[in-house]
Amino acid sequence: MPNPSKISNDDPAAVSGRDHVASGTDAPIVQLQEAVSLIGQFPALAGVNLVVGPGEVVLIRGPNGAGKSTLLRLCSGLASLTSGAGRILGHDISDRAGRRAVRREVGLLGHATSLYDELTVEQNIRFWVGANRSDETMVEPVMHRFGLDGRLRSVRVAGLSAGQRRRTAMAIVVCRRPSLWLLDEPHSGLDEDGRTLVDDLVVQAAQSGATVLIASHEVDRVSELAARTVVIAGGRVHTGEQLGDSTDAS
Amino acid sequence: MTADQIADGSSSGLSVEDRAPGYKAPILSTGSEATRVIGVIALLSTAAMLAFGLLISPPDLFQGDSVRLFYLHVPVAIVALYLAFTITLIGSVIHLVNGSTFWDLLAGAAAEVGVVFLGLTLVTGMLWGRPTWGSYWEWDPRLTSTAVSFVLYLGYLAVRKLDMDPAARSRRAAVLGIVGFANTIIVKYSVSWWRSLHQGSTLKPLDSQIEGLMMFSFALGLVSMLSIFAWLVMHRFRLAWLQHRVDAHRLEAALLERRSEGEAGIAKSGLAPGGA
Amino acid sequence: MLRDARLVAAKDLRIEWSSKVLTAQVLPFGFLVLILFGFGISPERIVQGKDGRSVLEDVSPALFWLAVLFSALLALGRSFAIEADDGNLDALQLAGLEPAGVFLGKTAAVAVELAVLEVVVGSGALLLYGATIRHWLLLIVVLVTTTLALSGAGILYAALGAGLRVRDTLVPLLVLPVLAPVLLGATRATEAALFGAAADGWSWAGFLGAFSLLYLGAGILLFGALLEES
Repeated sequence: MPNPSKISNDDPAAVSGRDHVASGTDAPIVQLQEAVSLIGQFPALAGVNLVVGPGEVVLIRGPNGAGKSTLLRLCSGLASLTSGAGRILGHDISDRAGRRAVRREVGLLGHATSLYDELTVEQNIRFWVGANRSDETMVEPVMHRFGLDGRLRSVRVAGLSAGQRRRTAMAIVVCRRPSLWLLDEPHSGLDEDGRTLVDDLVVQAAQSGATVLIASHEVDRVSELAARTVVIAGGRVHTGEQLGDSTDAS
Repeated sequence: MTADQIADGSSSGLSVEDRAPGYKAPILSTGSEATRVIGVIALLSTAAMLAFGLLISPPDLFQGDSVRLFYLHVPVAIVALYLAFTITLIGSVIHLVNGSTFWDLLAGAAAEVGVVFLGLTLVTGMLWGRPTWGSYWEWDPRLTSTAVSFVLYLGYLAVRKLDMDPAARSRRAAVLGIVGFANTIIVKYSVSWWRSLHQGSTLKPLDSQIEGLMMFSFALGLVSMLSIFAWLVMHRFRLAWLQHRVDAHRLEAALLERRSEGEAGIAKSGLAPGGA
Repeated sequence: MLRDARLVAAKDLRIEWSSKVLTAQVLPFGFLVLILFGFGISPERIVQGKDGRSVLEDVSPALFWLAVLFSALLALGRSFAIEADDGNLDALQLAGLEPAGVFLGKTAAVAVELAVLEVVVGSGALLLYGATIRHWLLLIVVLVTTTLALSGAGILYAALGAGLRVRDTLVPLLVLPVLAPVLLGATRATEAALFGAAADGWSWAGFLGAFSLLYLGAGILLFGALLEES
């Protein structure tokens, strides 16, 4: 677990969390016991056991339809827990109040970008920054960092490429300064430049003490970032092998 | 089955009876001692209503034989408008407050039977209107507001049948069950206000003198419709409850299937521990 | 709550301003409905004993509000269509916006759109059906209260279909019976404003005001239960 005193917050556009480690406890950020979550009548998660400590970066891999996306949605407080127990960021996600509290503190980057096609890139970012109650002063530096401050600023989202949409969505998540990052295939659709941006984001998030879960098929790339890999298949976690020393390095 | 047992089953979601060695599958039935008693009452009171309503009671001084329709029409309307949708309202409120499955299913069962009764109210009302008013449909406030309520609760049933997350669907239905009730009242008052402002007084049903035998026939009709309603709602509720339990069993099976699918996938794709 | 409402309303109106769906599609639709009513009801026929008004003029308040009602269905559908495409409903929940704020914001945006629609379609109705306004104040109060009633109750019921594939067919079935009393009240009050007897009109305007307050309250209380996806 990274030492809080080592965090540097010089770059205003850097990913910095909100006192993630200030609480000073080592209570797990994600704690799931036999968690079952349904999509309609289908048990997308069929009894997941998973514990992720503060500051960990975890790669979640598994075949298509394994339940990776649902796991991230469950951790975001969007999907509900049908049975089993779960605490995310200290909130009990078996009740609605707990899920609501979780939602405000996570940054979910899913397949959907949740942008309004009719609005420009800047209008979208400004709306979501307002809705998320994020820090308005972050907007400019973050837009600059994601290459959205030039011509793209006033382009309607409908006219963006898939990669540009993802950059916009990422910029919004960065402004949220989440304590728990939930990245669902974050590299897909991005050019090399954008992929490097994602990698930097993950590194910085971890440095600032935030916790990161990455669902990805790009095992080689993400293994570099993640200290630990979790294999999920058929809605369950099958291994939680330790690839590096994440827990006792200090 | 008591409400407590039911609430028990719903709160744990997955829990089903322990399968002890001597476990025997229960015979799934929607009937019980209570429904059989109520069923007998329903049959007897309906037969009595028919005898008194059609044969024994005299024709009305003004309306003639068409008054006999009221022994059916009025009880059906009372049960639908005052009983059924009140149960739906109460069930919806309780479901929204504590998420109870029992009250959710009861609200749905009452609404479903209530819509049938409301349909019957409309049909019997129109049948009565033909000889009395000379036409099947008059823009009578009662008839009009009943027709709007009928469509309103058809919408409620449509929401209950939506293909979506069951918990979210129950909550949406509950909201509709509450606001729909309020709206039924609003429709009723606005429509009668509309008519009273627009034209003189409308025909009042049952404006003639009610004498003893007629009153008795009417009371029989009320007992008959109440017991039929109770009988139908109990069966409908039990059916929904059994479906709910079957879903829980099915979920158990689906969970096992999903897990084994995962193990097969792991073995095939070489993602086994240490494989990375 | 009001901050969230302002945010959502501004966003919805900005989308409307940029996409021009209201001006390019909903307004022409409202006009079309007015003209089609004219085809159905012969404009020359004179109602007996009604101050020499033609049938069309006599029923013009009802036709106007029907045209508004049908156009309002389109506006309501649009209000949730913009959220449905790309996971925006999820994102609204992740943002932690207050459901009551989202409800009020969406209601306000639709109310503004309906107000524009009523002015334009209303002018069209006056022109096409040849009616004249006698009580301006009453008419304005009726327009305001009816707009609030239509948008408040409309958004609450339209949210029942949010995020569903059957939204377009379900929402009219749910919304129209609920808005039936509004149509009734608005028509009677507008008749009073056009043809006289303002006293009747004021009591109907009161009814419309009470209806809109009731539904605004219900929406503030219940919208959270509707938005929750699971």
